[in-house]
This record gives sequence, structure tokens and C-alpha cells, in this order.
Amino acid sequence: MEIDKVDKIIDKHGGDASSLLQIMLDVQSENNWLPKQALDRIGEKLEVPMNRIQHIATFYKAFSLVPKGRHNVHVCVGTACHVRGATRILDSVEESTGIKSGETDLDLKFSVETVNCLGCCALGPVVEVNGKVHGKMTPVKTSEALKLYE
Amino acid sequence: MSEIKFEIDGIKVKAKKGETLLDAAQDAGIFIPTLCHHEKLEPFGGCRLCIVEVEVKGWTKLVVSCVYPVEKDIIVRTRSEKIDRIRKTIIELLMAHAPDAPELKKLAKEYGASRDRYEKDPSFCIHCGLCVRYCAEVKKANAIGFVDRGINKEICFVPEIASQMCNDCKECFPLCPTSYLQAAFVLTESLIA
Ligand code: SF4
Ligand code: FES
Repeated sequence: MEIDKVDKIIDKHGGDASSLLQIMLDVQSENNWLPKQALDRIGEKLEVPMNRIQHIATFYKAFSLVPKGRHNVHVCVGTACHVRGATRILDSVEESTGIKSGETDLDLKFSVETVNCLGCCALGPVVEVNGKVHGKMTPVKTSEALKLYE
Repeated sequence: MSEIKFEIDGIKVKAKKGETLLDAAQDAGIFIPTLCHHEKLEPFGGCRLCIVEVEVKGWTKLVVSCVYPVEKDIIVRTRSEKIDRIRKTIIELLMAHAPDAPELKKLAKEYGASRDRYEKDPSFCIHCGLCVRYCAEVKKANAIGFVDRGINKEICFVPEIASQMCNDCKECFPLCPTSYLQAAFVLTESLIA
């Protein structure tokens, strides 16, 4: 990520240390992960020490310190989805993408993550891809849906 | 500044407004066990070992004395059957992480805690935050911090700063109640060397 893009985000928030979290979220959503140079720049401009930034970046699941895939796949394994067969859906996602939960494939196509309730239990089992909810999934429907992503 | 009068373990004490119960007790020569407290650092309230009973108008509640500000006319009990039982459990939980830490062993003896009550998860760090806070508040170096959260939380040196400063300082080493910190630094040092 280019430094002036980071600078732009920092300036947009007024360069104040209290906007740290918001700035980090913006960098994350623009770049899909948080590169070290970006964090260094944020720390320098906001005058926030790196240990604080590290703590925040590792505390929230929304942040990633390694490159993420172009498509984020969230498989719900909350109670309602679990009883409706989320484990089999997860198996199917892992088989289609070739990676396990928490991983990103080498082509940076998919990142797979399990989540513990997306708040739409009636649609369970649920898989969310890039924020789009796919409800009432079956293993076959899951692998079909993932084929649509380039 | 107005003085606040109250009672700790049957002794009448006076304290300044805004002072913590722990400070007031220590001034009065009453001992309360602590792990994460350090007089040079801001109150943290991480270990919960300094828990005491506070009675207000006949109601009893449990508070953490190192972060609880003194109040007029309260009755504080630093030892009771309940307090001792809670401290015993806290020590046993911490010992699941650092079973052989001398400070914990001493406390275990005092409170009759068993080091093997809970399944061991020897992560060694008990998250007292002394090293992290000392580095930030006293040394203003911020060479060490916490990363991750919950059961995965651990200390982590910032390599760029640690390689510059830590070798000449090491003031946080003796603060660590489990001496895990030292091991973590030696590891970091070998990685950045
Ligand atoms: S390493 Fe030691 S001093 Fe630092 S937080 Fe852990 S237990 Fe406390
Ligand atoms: S000394 Fe009070 S919580 Fe640790």
C-alpha cells in the first residue's frame, strides 16, 4: 500500500490519536490487511507507540497482519448453524478452497474464517462471502456458490 | 483537602479523597496481598488478589482494593472466610499458568492453595502487566506490549525498540512475578541478534 494513501486516510480523520482505531479500520478495508509500513506511518503521525498499535491489531479479528484473499468467506459455526450442519458446510468450504479456517490460499483468492453467529439463525447454516449472506446452505450449494468467485 | 474517615479490620483510619483502599491500608500498616500493584504505576486491577469486603450501610460487597477509592464510613475487611476462599481460587488459577513461581508458592502456602487443582496451561505469564506498564509509564520506552487477547494474550517486545534499549535497562525483569519476562527477552534477543 502506498504511503500517501495511508496519509490520506490519516488526514481524513484529522490525524488525532483518538481516531487510531478508525484509521486502522479504514486501512484494513482499503488494503485488505495492515502492512508494517502503514502501521509505522500511523504510529509516527499519530504519536502512538507501536506496542499499542500491535495490541489493537492483534486484539480485533477484523484486522489482519498478513495479506488476505480477495474473497472473505465466513462460515457460521454458532449454535443454530452448528445443529443444522455447519460442520459439513465448513468441510465443503475447506475442500473447495483447499485451505483451513484462519488461512489464505497462495493465489490470495480466498480467506476462510469461522464466525460464531451472524445474527440470522433462521437462515442457518449460513455462509457469508464478501459480506453477502448465503442461507440454508448444503455442502453442494456451498461448493457451487464458491465457484462463482474469481 | 478533606479527610475521609472509615474503618479497616476494626482499626479507624483516615485517608485523602481519591486515595485507594490499598494505599490507605498500607499507610495504616495493614497488609493486603498484591501481584499487579506497583507504587510507581497507575492502578491496574489485573490480578484481583487484593480483593476485600466492603460494608456500606449494612450491605457487603466485594471490591478490588487497589482500584477502589476510599469512601466515608465504610467498613473494610481484608481477611474473612469468603475473602480467603476467593484468594485461594485466584492463586490456584494463576498456578495453572505458573506452577513454580516463587511468589505464587508463598501465597499458596499462606492460603492453603493447591498448585494442581486446575489443569496446567504453562503459559508462565499471568498478565499482571507490570513489565508492559513499567516500560510505558516509568521508562516511557514502550518496548514491550501485549498482543492477542483472552487465553492467547501474551507479551511481545517491539524488536526495533528492544534491540536499541533493553540490554541497557532490563529494569522490568525483577518486577515479573513469574520471571517469564526474562526468558521472553532472551528469546527476542536471540531472534534480533
Ligand atoms: S511477563 Fe511477567 S511482568 Fe510481564 S505481564 Fe507477564 S507475568 Fe507480568
Ligand atoms: S493488586 Fe489489585 S488487582 Fe492486582
